[in-house]
Amino acid sequence: MEWETVIGLEVHVQLATKTKIFSAASTAFGAEANTQACAIDLGLPGTLPVVNEEAINMAIKLGFGINAEINKINVFERKNYFYPDLPKGYQTTQLAKPIVGAGHMDIALEDGTVHTVRIHHAHLEEDAGKSLHEDFHGMTGIDLNRAGTPLIEVVTEPDMRSAKQAVAFARKLHAIVTTLGICDGEMSQGSMRFDVNVSVRPKGQTTLGTRTETKNLNSFRFMERAINKEVQRQIEQIEDGFEIVQETRLYNGDTDEARSMRTKEEANDYRYFPCPDLLPVIIEESRLEKLRAEMPEMPEVRKARFINELGLSDYDAEILSAEAATANYFETVVQSGGDAKLAANWVMGELAKTLNQNDLTIKNCPVSAQVLGGLIARIKDNTLSGKIAKQVFEALWQGEGATADEVIEKKGLKQVTDTGAIEAIVDEVLAANPAQVEQYLAADEAKRGKMVGFFVGQIMKASKGKANPGMVNQLLKQKLG
Amino acid sequence: MSNKPLHQQSLTELSRSLQDGAISSTELTQHYLDRIKQLNGELNCFITVCEEQSLQQANAADRAIAAGNIKPLTGIPLAHKDLFCTEGVKTSCGSRMLDNWIAPYESTMTGNLKAAGTVMLGKLNMDEFAMGGSNENSYYGPVRNPWNREVIPGGSSGGSAAAMAAGLAAATTGSDTGGSIRQPASMCGITGLKPTYGRISRWGMVAFASSLDQAGPMTRTVEDAALMLNVMAGFDPKDSTSMDRAVPDYSATLNEPLKGLRIGLPKEYFAEGLDSRVEQTVRNAIAEYEKMGATVKEISLPHTHHSIAAYYVIAPAEASTNLSRFDGVRFGYRCEEPKNLEDLYQRSRGESFGSEVKNRIMIGTYALSAGYYDAYYTKAQKIRRLIRDDFLRAFEEVDVIMGPTAPTPAFPIGAKANDPVAMYLGDIFTISTNLAGLPGMSIPAGMVDGLPVGLQIIAPHFEEARLLNVGHQFQQTTDWHLRTPVDLRG
Repeated sequence: MEWETVIGLEVHVQLATKTKIFSAASTAFGAEANTQACAIDLGLPGTLPVVNEEAINMAIKLGFGINAEINKINVFERKNYFYPDLPKGYQTTQLAKPIVGAGHMDIALEDGTVHTVRIHHAHLEEDAGKSLHEDFHGMTGIDLNRAGTPLIEVVTEPDMRSAKQAVAFARKLHAIVTTLGICDGEMSQGSMRFDVNVSVRPKGQTTLGTRTETKNLNSFRFMERAINKEVQRQIEQIEDGFEIVQETRLYNGDTDEARSMRTKEEANDYRYFPCPDLLPVIIEESRLEKLRAEMPEMPEVRKARFINELGLSDYDAEILSAEAATANYFETVVQSGGDAKLAANWVMGELAKTLNQNDLTIKNCPVSAQVLGGLIARIKDNTLSGKIAKQVFEALWQGEGATADEVIEKKGLKQVTDTGAIEAIVDEVLAANPAQVEQYLAADEAKRGKMVGFFVGQIMKASKGKANPGMVNQLLKQKLG
Repeated sequence: MSNKPLHQQSLTELSRSLQDGAISSTELTQHYLDRIKQLNGELNCFITVCEEQSLQQANAADRAIAAGNIKPLTGIPLAHKDLFCTEGVKTSCGSRMLDNWIAPYESTMTGNLKAAGTVMLGKLNMDEFAMGGSNENSYYGPVRNPWNREVIPGGSSGGSAAAMAAGLAAATTGSDTGGSIRQPASMCGITGLKPTYGRISRWGMVAFASSLDQAGPMTRTVEDAALMLNVMAGFDPKDSTSMDRAVPDYSATLNEPLKGLRIGLPKEYFAEGLDSRVEQTVRNAIAEYEKMGATVKEISLPHTHHSIAAYYVIAPAEASTNLSRFDGVRFGYRCEEPKNLEDLYQRSRGESFGSEVKNRIMIGTYALSAGYYDAYYTKAQKIRRLIRDDFLRAFEEVDVIMGPTAPTPAFPIGAKANDPVAMYLGDIFTISTNLAGLPGMSIPAGMVDGLPVGLQIIAPHFEEARLLNVGHQFQQTTDWHLRTPVDLRG
C-alpha cells in the first residue's frame, strides 16, 4: 500500500527580550544556576506578574511576518500541573484568545513549486526551568534561570506531507524570526524547539490517522531524522496489524533512538482558566501601525531582490536570504566588494567552510564583511588570483592583518600582471622541459588541452602562484602555437 | 493630651501626642508590647511579635520627630495580618505550610506604611490562607473574641479585629476576599474598610482569590481608617490589577454634611436568615442617618441569592491554582524523607494544609476540570457580571447602600465547625461587594447579647471618600465605636 505522511508542527520560539515575560530578571543564556531568577520567577508567595511589553511587540511582529491576524484582545491563562521546575504549579500561557490568529507561510520546495502551510495560531507563554538529574546523587537539581523566559509557540495546521517539507517550513520560520530580530535563532541553546505531530494514512484517504507527538527537537537534522523514523515506525506498526497509540514521544538525536514518554490516558487535565493576576492584553491600532512601520524586509522579499537586482541564482538567493545575519553580512560584502556573484561564492564557500571547521557562526566571524569585501575587490581588479585570495583570507582569519591590502602588502602576494615578467617565467619553464614541449607539439588537439595544464602548473609554481592565470594561458598558447 | 488610656485613643489623638512630645513612640510601642504580653496568651491575636524590631523602629521614629520630620503616622504602632509579606519576618498565612517561611521582600502596602514612619508590632493570626469566617482554621489555634472569650472574633482577619478590640495595636491591617475585613470588624466592634478592588496594591499579599482579594485598614474609628487609607492606597506598577488613579486626601472630606444623602436598603439584605436583633440594630443606625437629613429607599439587588454559589466556585477555583506553588520544592513545609516526587507533593501538602484549605482546593479543582468548567466557572463569571450590574443600576438612584454586615453576632467557638455551608452562609451580605469589586465598610452600630453588631455601608467604585464621610458622621453622633470590653479598659 502507498502511504501518505501528515505532519503538523508546534514551534517554540524563544523571544530575544532582555528581561523575562513577567519579571525584570535577565534572560541571558548560560549564567550560573538560579542567578537569573527573581522572586517572581521563583513563584514566591505574594509575587505578581507584569507583562513585558516588548514580548507583546515581538509577537505582533511575528504575526505580521507569517501573514496572520493579530487579536486585539488577547488573554493569558493558567495551565495547571505540578512539576518541580514549574515554580508556580502552573504555566502562564494563552489558549482561547492567543495574540496571533490564523495565518500562513509559503515554502519553496526542491522541485521549484511553492507549498502553503496554514498557521492555526501563535501564542505567548513563559518557559519553565530545568531539572538537572546529573551530579546530585539520586536527587534532582532545579535551575530556574530559564523560568519565565518568553516564548511564542507557533502552531501549524497538519499541512506538511514529508520530513523535507517540515524542515523547509522550519528553516523558513527560522529565517523570519531572525530577520525580525525577535529570536537569536541559536538552535543549540534551545532558542527554537520543534514538536512534530506525525500520522500516516493510505494515500487518497481524507481522514487523518492517529498521530503521535515527538517533543523538543532542536535541530533541523534531528527533526528530519525523527520524522522519518516515526513515519517508518507507524507504517510498520499498521502493516503488522497494530494500531497507532496516541502518545508523546521523545527522540534522542545523539543515539538516533525514539521512545514513548506518555500516552493520552496519562495526559493531565490542565484546568486552563484566565489568569486573574493579569488583565486582558488590549492592542490599539496605533501600536500595530507603529510596529508595521518597523518591519524589516522579509526573507522572501529579500530573496527576490537578490535574484532580480544582484543576479543570483534561485539556489544561492535562497541560502543567502535564509538567515538575517548571513543576509546582512552578504549585502555588506557586495557593497564593499563590488561583485555579487563573487561575494555569494565566498560567503557560501570559503567563509561558510571555515566557520564550520571552527564551529563559529557568522555573528562571531573574525573576518568582518567589510574586510571580506575588500578582499573580493582585489580579486575583481586582478590584484589577486583566486588561489592567492584564499591565502589572504587565511591570513585575515588568523588576524595577520586588518585588511586584505595590508596582508597583500606585507606578504608580497600581489598578482604578477606584467607581461614581460610572466613571459620570462614561461620561457624559463618551456626551456627546462624540452621533452614535454616535444610531446605537446606531437599530440593532437584533443590531448593538448590536458597537457597544457602541466605547463600552467609549473609556471604558477615558479611564480609562487602570483602569475595571472589568464595571462599565462594566453602566452602559452602563443608560444606553443 | 487625652486622659483616656493610650490603647483607647484614636490615631488622630495619638499622632497629636507624639507630635507634641507628650509621649514618645518608644513609650507607646512599649505600652502595646506590654499589653500583648499580658493578653495575647488568652486572645491568641499575634502569631509573631517583633519586640526588638518594633522598638528599633520606634526609636527611629522618635529621632525623626525630634528632627521635625513628621508625617501623620510617624511613630504609630501597627500590626499586620500575617499574609502580608514583611521582609525578614515570618509570614505564615496561618498555615503550617509557611510556618518556617521568612519573607525576603516587603509587600507594597506594608512598605508604604513603613515608609510613612509606622512601627510594626508583629503579625496577626488569621484563618489559614484567609479561608474562613471564624478564625478557627488557623494552624496557630483560634483567636478569641475580646468581648467574650468563648465566641469567635470572625474571620479571616480575626486576629486583626480582636487585636483592635483588645487595644493591642493602634491600628491593624486585614484582607477581604468575601468579607474577611468587614465581618470580623462587625463581630469585634471596630471599623473595617475593604476598598475598591485595585485601590491598594496586592504585591506581597499572599493570594487567596486574586480577582477578589483586597487589603484594607481595621481601626478604632472611621477617621483613623481615612488616615491609614491615605498611606495604603495607590497605583503600583508591580500589580497589573492595581488602578492608576489619583489618591484623594480621604481625611479632607470626612465632615461633608449628609443632608440629602440617598441611602438604599436592599430588600434582599433584610430577609430570612437575618437575626431580628441584628436587623433592629441596623434599622436604628439608619434612623440616625435620617436624623442627619438622609433619605432612605428600598432597593433590590435581585441576584444576591446567587452570590454565595458564584463565590464558592470562583474563589476556590482561583485558590486551587494560587496554592499550587506550595509544593515543598522551593520553600515552606517539606515532608520528611519523601520516597519520590509524587510522595513529596502529596505529603508536603497533605501534612501542612488544614482541612478547610483542602476543601477549597478540591472544590476549585473540580470546578475547573474539563467537562465541568462551563457549568461552574463560566456560569459563575456570568453571575458575577449580573451581580455587578445590580449594583451599578442601584447606584443610579442611591448614593450608598446600607445593611447588616453579618446576619448574626459572633457565635460560640466550634458551633459551626462541622457545618461548612452554615459557615459560608454567614458571608451572604459581604460577598457580593467582592464579586462586584466595590468598596464596603463595617462600623459598630450596636450590641446584641453583649456582642458588637456592625452596619455595612457600600459605595460605588472608588468612592471610598464618600464611604468614610458617611461612616465618620455616624461616629460623630454615636459612641458604639468607643465601647471597650469591660475587663480590657485598664
